[in-house]
Amino acid sequence: MENLIALLVAAPLLGAAVLLCGGRRLDAVGHWLGTALAAASFVIGVVLFADMAGKDAEHREIGQHLFSWIPVEGFQADVAFQLDQLSMTFVLLITGVGSLIHVYSIGYMEHDERRRRFFGYLNLFLAAMLLLVLADNYLLLYVGWEGVGLASYLLIGFWQHKPSAATAAKKAFLVNRVGDMGLSIAIMLMFTTFGTFAFGPVLESTGETSEGMLTAIGLMLLLAACGKSAQVPLQSWLGDAMEGPTPVSALIHAATMVTAGVYLIVRSGEIFNAAPDAQLAVTVVGAVTLLFGAIVGCAKDDIKKALAGSTMSQIGYMILAAGLGPIGYVFAIMHLVTHGFFKAGLFLGAGSVMHGMNDEVDMRKYGGLRKYMPVTFVTFGLGYLAIIGFPGLSGFFSKDKIIEAAFAKGGTEGWILGGVALLGAAITAFYMTRVMLMTFFGEERWQPAPDPDKAPSVEPGIEVHPGEMPHPHESPKVMTIPMIVLAVGSVFGGAFFSIGDRFIHWLEPVTDHAHGHPPISALAVTMSTVAVMVIGVGLAWLQYGRRPVPVVAPRGSLLTRAARRDLLQDDFNHVVLVRGGEHLTRSLVYVDHTLVDGVVNGTAATMGGLSGRLRRIQNGYARSYAVSMFGGAAILIAATLLMRAV
Amino acid sequence: MNPVNYLYLAALLFTIGATGVLIRRNAIVVFMCVELMLNACNLALVAFSRMHGNLDGQIIAFFTMVVAAAEVVVGLAIIVSLFRSRHSASVDDASLMKL
Repeated sequence: MENLIALLVAAPLLGAAVLLCGGRRLDAVGHWLGTALAAASFVIGVVLFADMAGKDAEHREIGQHLFSWIPVEGFQADVAFQLDQLSMTFVLLITGVGSLIHVYSIGYMEHDERRRRFFGYLNLFLAAMLLLVLADNYLLLYVGWEGVGLASYLLIGFWQHKPSAATAAKKAFLVNRVGDMGLSIAIMLMFTTFGTFAFGPVLESTGETSEGMLTAIGLMLLLAACGKSAQVPLQSWLGDAMEGPTPVSALIHAATMVTAGVYLIVRSGEIFNAAPDAQLAVTVVGAVTLLFGAIVGCAKDDIKKALAGSTMSQIGYMILAAGLGPIGYVFAIMHLVTHGFFKAGLFLGAGSVMHGMNDEVDMRKYGGLRKYMPVTFVTFGLGYLAIIGFPGLSGFFSKDKIIEAAFAKGGTEGWILGGVALLGAAITAFYMTRVMLMTFFGEERWQPAPDPDKAPSVEPGIEVHPGEMPHPHESPKVMTIPMIVLAVGSVFGGAFFSIGDRFIHWLEPVTDHAHGHPPISALAVTMSTVAVMVIGVGLAWLQYGRRPVPVVAPRGSLLTRAARRDLLQDDFNHVVLVRGGEHLTRSLVYVDHTLVDGVVNGTAATMGGLSGRLRRIQNGYARSYAVSMFGGAAILIAATLLMRAV
Repeated sequence: MNPVNYLYLAALLFTIGATGVLIRRNAIVVFMCVELMLNACNLALVAFSRMHGNLDGQIIAFFTMVVAAAEVVVGLAIIVSLFRSRHSASVDDASLMKL
């Protein structure tokens, strides 16, 4: 069984290599090959899962040592895999949801002439993410981490002819680099502290290390997680990443990429458990992001950007839960899995809507689509009910547990975190209802297709005639079936995990679990969660359901306008980082020119001037040489006599 | 006679020679002044030899004479060829490495 682990990574990696090197000959079969290899990886995952589930909890962890990467005395870097319950959960999520997105992409990218390359990138994305979650040491994890960054760059900028897509890809890559810096520093600190970076030795010996060092490592890991998972302050790339094709957004938001940060923190749980300050920082980041994303999600008219804000907010929940320690780890992962289902479903639904609406993304130009796209409507609707935490659906179980755990943190912190989480749940209900009402309900506000020359945002390959009204239609089966599967997952996933605390028992051996005791009863927490959800839905209905939605966005309040600009995150980055960086470089250039160059040039000028003067002595007159000789001899003799006298 | 007097004489001759080297332009005269300085040194060496009662100074004086003889040969040859090329025996005229 152990030998199968490498195959999990190898299958999509092979797909990426073949598809990207194979050339145009593979254009006809490329998408099938890519999907088949992703599915093969999923099948291997299921086989391994069946094997793992058959063993008792203590013996489930298996590993595979593939080869020694850098075998040097005192620096042992191995390519070795570790498959435990946590990795297993991720493997099934990544390959399962990933395969569905592959299937969906067959239909979605049908008219794109670079479809083969797209599938190669998708496979690369899966391979990198699998490497990340299967690695048994931080160095190999870092390889996967960087691979994910590369694949996201390639996919976000897939329509590279659009300057906005190319810029968004660059932005995602650069912002991620900041986080990567944190991870590499954390790994270096680990190596100097523990002498190794394998999970086992590092995480077991946290007890013997000073808390200060652990806090430093924890904060650096948090920085890394912020970059990859789009948490404040490194969140700005996520909204722009919507420039990529919609299946990519689904993949980034549900199965790969943004979940990596949560994985990193949960995997490094022992470090955070021993460093309460770092843990507090994690919860603060989670809580801030969860509100930040939710507020942004409320103001966006672009359906994908609204969903992106929602992802940011939901990942904020997970990071918050991961920061709560053993009372939260399991729920962070559980929410991650349920979120994987419903968010992938929502994005695929959004893609399906765009597909039927001439690639219009502005929700103000949708409306009344439920009659025309019944399957999309139902699957999107189920995903919507799941994300707002409608009782009985998957989001309800996982989010409710996180809110409960946040209250259980205890003390004032517990009340603040729990309150923020509750408020987030209300806002989630508000903006998701807004998306739902603006897209599928209300009157039809469709607009004729824009002139492609004036609006280059139109996705290529799809014939759009300027001035033509959209003819919304249901997407082909190859797109709707993955949506249906994901909708089923988002309906039943939470209940399946929660009945008999299955998920807790499954993950407990790896992540440890402590039952939290909230200061108010669990039932009260659940009741208030449902209550705020109803309030959020009601407010959204008052705003967008009862009254007609204007096609042109109203000016809005100050907060709305700020939220439309992503709460000024780009402006902040521009003023503080870009301008600051410019000033810094300018002053460094000034110092370089005046001080460093000044010293060098000054030395040269002094030498030159001195030589010019000394040159005059060499005048060619024998008698002046004779004078200097006599003078020199006289000085020597005088000096000798003087020394004698003294 | 007091040997120190020979040293005074040697110093006087040396000074005359040195002054000549510094102030005269004619290469032949400069050359002769150099000889004067050499021989002033020889006189001083011999005087010291006498004062210290050993022969070291006298032997060095012989060396000096031999070297001076060689130097005269080379030096005169140079002066003659300089005079032929520049039609002048002034040392100041020969201030450049080229003609």
